[in-house]
Amino acid sequence: MTHVSRREALMRGLVGPAGLASIVSIARDSLLDEQVDPQRVMSGGLPGAAGIDPIKFLSTFDHGEVSHRLNGQRVREYRMMAVDRKIEIMPGLFYDAWTYNGQVPGPTLRATEGDLVRVNFTNAGLHEHTIHFHGFHAADMDGALEQIPPGGSYIYEFEARPFGLHLYHCHTMPLKRHIAKGLYGAFVIDPEKPRAPAHEMVMVMNGFDVNFDSENEVYAVNTVPFAYQIHPIVLRRGELNRIYLVNALEFDLLNSIHIHANFFHVYRTGTSLVPTDFTDTITLGQGERHILELSYERPGKFMFHAHQSEFAELGWMGLFEVRDEPITA
Amino acid sequence: MNQSKWVWFGLPLLLLGLLSVIVMKGGLLSGLRRGLPPVEELTVNRVRLAPGHMWLEVVNGGPDPVTVAQVMVDEAFWHFTMEPGRTVPRLGRATIEIPYPWMVGEPHHVKLVSSNGITFDHEISVAAETPAVDAQYLLTFTLVGLYVGVLPVAIGLLWLPFLKRLGRRWIHFALALTGGLLAFLVAEALHEALETAERVAGAFQGTGLVVLAVAGSWLLLQAAGGVRRPPGTDGRAVRLELTFLIALGIGLHNLGEGLAIGAAYAQGAVSLGAFLIVGFMIHNTTEGLGIVAPVAQDSPSLRSLALAGLLAGGPTIPGAWLGGLAYSPWLGAVCLGVGAGAILQVLGVLYRVVARETTDALWTPLNAIGVGAGMVLMYGTGLLVAR
Repeated sequence: MTHVSRREALMRGLVGPAGLASIVSIARDSLLDEQVDPQRVMSGGLPGAAGIDPIKFLSTFDHGEVSHRLNGQRVREYRMMAVDRKIEIMPGLFYDAWTYNGQVPGPTLRATEGDLVRVNFTNAGLHEHTIHFHGFHAADMDGALEQIPPGGSYIYEFEARPFGLHLYHCHTMPLKRHIAKGLYGAFVIDPEKPRAPAHEMVMVMNGFDVNFDSENEVYAVNTVPFAYQIHPIVLRRGELNRIYLVNALEFDLLNSIHIHANFFHVYRTGTSLVPTDFTDTITLGQGERHILELSYERPGKFMFHAHQSEFAELGWMGLFEVRDEPITA
Repeated sequence: MNQSKWVWFGLPLLLLGLLSVIVMKGGLLSGLRRGLPPVEELTVNRVRLAPGHMWLEVVNGGPDPVTVAQVMVDEAFWHFTMEPGRTVPRLGRATIEIPYPWMVGEPHHVKLVSSNGITFDHEISVAAETPAVDAQYLLTFTLVGLYVGVLPVAIGLLWLPFLKRLGRRWIHFALALTGGLLAFLVAEALHEALETAERVAGAFQGTGLVVLAVAGSWLLLQAAGGVRRPPGTDGRAVRLELTFLIALGIGLHNLGEGLAIGAAYAQGAVSLGAFLIVGFMIHNTTEGLGIVAPVAQDSPSLRSLALAGLLAGGPTIPGAWLGGLAYSPWLGAVCLGVGAGAILQVLGVLYRVVARETTDALWTPLNAIGVGAGMVLMYGTGLLVAR
């Protein structure tokens, strides 16, 4: 919640002729804050030990360690480790997660079509795990039949194909439990001719069954419920935004995104450069993922959330804050 | 010699204390715990509702402290505050305040999420504003208590002149009828007490609590009745005493009943419709009959009768007050248990009084029919107060 202190308001009022307008805008801002006050829905702000920073996670990509083969093919080498870790998903609510590299979702891996992808996987957890990548690869690179025991390791190697938005996840039985515990992440394969420059965001829709009754109690995009409601995602007016949207939710058959006051182009599974749909709400089954592109023409705060209102009120709800000024990192 | 007696008394206690310290400090527990998460239990004792606000009074009946991390209402996370703090120690209590726009007459579902992800559910079956316990409330429940407790019993007492005109056989029939009434009441009270006991938080041992309450009140009254009467006390005094005992037993029972009515009303679980009130009136009038039956052959003073009536019906009023003010399943189970124990004791006294007055067979067909008729009467009038 943005809180403008009285002193700050007075200071703004003293600065230049825009004083009055500024006070009016502060009043309007706080009115807005009142309506979407995250404190109304969740107690205590953001958790301190979530294992990821939801804002940083949006635009953090692991491009791997790059080298080249004699034939000129680019090689990207990634390090992935399965680790058991207790994470704080909401203030005061702790969950014994299974993670890739200590975070849920796992790191967003990114390669370009045709790259040789090499993933050095170590299982530092207490159970068998694997990494199953969506995409083309050999049978023994599928991460479904070769189980990696605790302490074991494995090298997954394949050519990055087809371009698009994919995901990876553990494929050990019981499958539901291994995925729901946190072993999943986004896998982006860029086309050889890159997409248009854009402000990019990774959104992995997920949930947590904290009492293990095979139903989610907590829903979110990128693990922390209401994270982007408490800290709205800042967008620039007129800029193209690209969302890599992955549905990693377990137990519930469907998930969705609805973006307020806007429409977006949909690139299903990201495997085409031509959009297949222009809409403001899209539903994804388990494991489905799409690339969405949109830009805002008006400044202000705009909500985005699952259109399953239940999921929204249980954490899958956030805000874009569209600004006129350039974005500072 | 006297000194050494206490040394020998204290020694086992000292050893027990020492052993406890060894178990607590000796690391034995960490081995037993096997790294498992703590066992958490949180019970909602009572919910209070005001427009836009909910208060949940919770108690920790489990072996470990419980920290409430988040609260959901109707499958939505909601802001809440908690007094005295988020962590409820073992056997501790706390109040959770939720600013939630609940809807009148609709059910609401509250889910408390502990820091370990354990969830505790509580259903508000019909949401209604909790009546403020003010003069108006107290007056209303005084009237309700008068209607369902005091007046019906008083009306029942008016059967006295009728009973007086009956022969000895029929008086015994009336006493047998009273026995049937009381036996039915015991069963009913025990059932209600045990039902309430299921909502008592684990560590407070609901069933054990009811057993304790029943046995406690039975023993207390038994001991009070066991004081030797001076020789030469006539049957008249014994019978009057029996009347007062029955009145006391029924009074204690009505305290529990009043508590249940007050709590149910305060929590919106029951609407005190005219039909229910009339049902209770009829139900409780039969209790008045039971009170006067022992003294039917005597001429008790009006004052004694009024006193007995008040003793039997009066406790409904403070019971209802208490139910609205500070109800908890614990209190409910205790009150209902005490009532059951008291009536049980009265049943025993009634049996002995009748047995002493009967020279020939006690279980005549008429008496047996009387007991059965008493139970049928209670069952029939009970149909009127189905909640």
